[in-house]
Amino acid sequence: MNSEKLLAEKKQAILKSWFQTTVDSYPADTARFLKSQKDPFANPVGQTTYRSLDALMDALITGAGREVMATALDPILRIRSVQTFTPSAATSFVFSLKRIVRKHLPEFGRDGGLAINGLDRQIDEMAMAAFDIYVACREKIFELKATESRKQFFGSLKRAGLIDETEADGPGL
Amino acid sequence: MADELIKPDELLSKIDHRPSGAGWMDTPVDIRKGMYCYAANPKSVDTLGLPNARAWNPLEEDWKLPENWQQIIHDGFRERLDKFRSFKVYMDICVRCGACADKCHFFIGTGDPKNMPVLRAELLRSIYRNDFTTAGKILGRLGGARPMTLDVLKEWWYYLFQCTECRRCSVFCPYGIDTAEITIMGRELLNLLGLNIDWIATPVANCYRTGNHLGIQPHAFKDMLDFFVEDIEEITGIQVDPPYMEKGADILFITPSGDVFADPGTYTCMGYMLLFHYLKEKYGLRITWSTYASEGGNFGFFTSHETMKRLNSKMYAEAKRLGVKWILGGECGHMWRVISQYMDTMNGPADFLEEPVNPITGTKFENASSTKMVHISEFTADLIKHGKLELDPSRNDNKIVTFHDSCNPARGMGLLDEPRYVLENVANNFYEMPANTIREQTFCCGSGAGLNAGENMELRMAGGFPRANAVKHVHEEFGVNMLACVCAIDRAALPASMEYWVPEVDVTGLTELVANALIMPGEKERETDLRGEPLPGMEE
Repeated sequence: MNSEKLLAEKKQAILKSWFQTTVDSYPADTARFLKSQKDPFANPVGQTTYRSLDALMDALITGAGREVMATALDPILRIRSVQTFTPSAATSFVFSLKRIVRKHLPEFGRDGGLAINGLDRQIDEMAMAAFDIYVACREKIFELKATESRKQFFGSLKRAGLIDETEADGPGL
Repeated sequence: MADELIKPDELLSKIDHRPSGAGWMDTPVDIRKGMYCYAANPKSVDTLGLPNARAWNPLEEDWKLPENWQQIIHDGFRERLDKFRSFKVYMDICVRCGACADKCHFFIGTGDPKNMPVLRAELLRSIYRNDFTTAGKILGRLGGARPMTLDVLKEWWYYLFQCTECRRCSVFCPYGIDTAEITIMGRELLNLLGLNIDWIATPVANCYRTGNHLGIQPHAFKDMLDFFVEDIEEITGIQVDPPYMEKGADILFITPSGDVFADPGTYTCMGYMLLFHYLKEKYGLRITWSTYASEGGNFGFFTSHETMKRLNSKMYAEAKRLGVKWILGGECGHMWRVISQYMDTMNGPADFLEEPVNPITGTKFENASSTKMVHISEFTADLIKHGKLELDPSRNDNKIVTFHDSCNPARGMGLLDEPRYVLENVANNFYEMPANTIREQTFCCGSGAGLNAGENMELRMAGGFPRANAVKHVHEEFGVNMLACVCAIDRAALPASMEYWVPEVDVTGLTELVANALIMPGEKERETDLRGEPLPGMEE
């Protein structure tokens, strides 16, 4: 049986365990809520997290590659990058997948570890995509902060009559 | 030696990103950048005559408190328990059922359990039990009591300024506890020590001194409206002529100053001007602006009852001075909560004004019979219902709209159907967000109650996520590209939230859409909307 097929067979068990581990990065009371509430509008963090991980599992199984993984990673990292996680804690869920897969698929280590090496490479790829997205989200936050400050600054000058007809958002935006 | 070294596997197995399982009382407050607003400028605190004005930094150990700060808090707590029956009841009756726990946008978005409304309230209740109840004094921690310490005070400050007083939690409380009222009381107590944030204190000082939050002087206010007059003429060919402080006008119009100075509220402001011009031309109705009462918003509400009262009073003083019949209020959030729930007992009754009647339709606004202040959406809905506005909704056809119920008009005054009625008449593409995110259950923008600063952007984005998540859903499902609302803070806060979460969606005030659709008498063929964007069919 090839590794993709093995992974597909164990997908639900791995996903469950991965979701559990990811959600456990929140305080216990929060984790309980994130796991139990299934309404995506009442619990957008929990449900978005689940959907992201689900899509990432599919990307691994089909070997869809970095771009597809990045699309799946964006929603979960967009959330975690504005919560009070350190950068490593925000992205650590990607690395936890290695341990979880090994636990659920011990046979991956056999045959000279070829399957596990291939999978590890894919997860490494996922981690690199995660770094890119996390940093892009943080940059967006700082851009939003800078833009608001700039608008206030130019707005003040305009109100004070010190500049005339200057666009509040200034050049270059 | 070598035997003592930890093996890589052991090292790895010790990495654990799970937070400690300590109880909330034993989880110390960790004040993090991005989650709090800067401390109040001492000059602003001083202008208002509020206590303990000094420069201080939340990240520093020493908050420069008065020596007897614990006594001040204790006495202030007691005074408010005696003065406000609701506060006393809310301190006593919570059974910690947890119904509110997962309803707060800040809890949902940040994942911080101390943002559960029940726990945020417990921050105060624990001190209440310790200081004012026999059981608390005897049982101590066992009874959920704890003494007031510096750490507790810092925890109060951090979390009471992570609440937008939106009252979504109160909708779900079986006892009707209004956790926003608890936040309001907590912030009042913090203000006794000079622990306000600058995004509240400075607007309040500006409003008190100059008349509006931004500190805009009368001539600058008029200058801005003059710019809009020029823009309106360019777009419609009509020259509007807004009256200022016209004595004997029928109605005084008051709106948040954000509509005059911040995009996209400015387009809503142009919308008001077009609507009022239309009513003057067609029906001879005289609606006046005022540079004195140039602020509908009331950040005093986020400071103390006394400060709220001071800022609110100028609106009525101006109405009295001008001799208008009643007041028309613009698209604002907390202005309406102040009017609807506090004004009457604070500065009312406004018996020098008339019970509001729409002179064009004859409709009596009985809901405003005491406050004498009518919401622009009620007023516009009434005009539309009686066929008094000539509208071409197809001019908004390129806008696929959803409606965000602003917390205060929705939960604070029950304004749910009027904006929708207006929207359905001025736009052909309107889609609702899921039921548990609108009307009474609407999610806050994440930046209300004075939290729309730049330095707390992470908090704003996390708190705004539940709302943005629902917008994303209707964007993906129906192609929604425009989020309509009736609140100036929404118009200031939601564009950033959309840019982060759903960049394809823009934000508009309701009256902007009304004015796009409104067929002005004598107008030229319009080619663009109020933003200068081509109308449907007019694209190059």
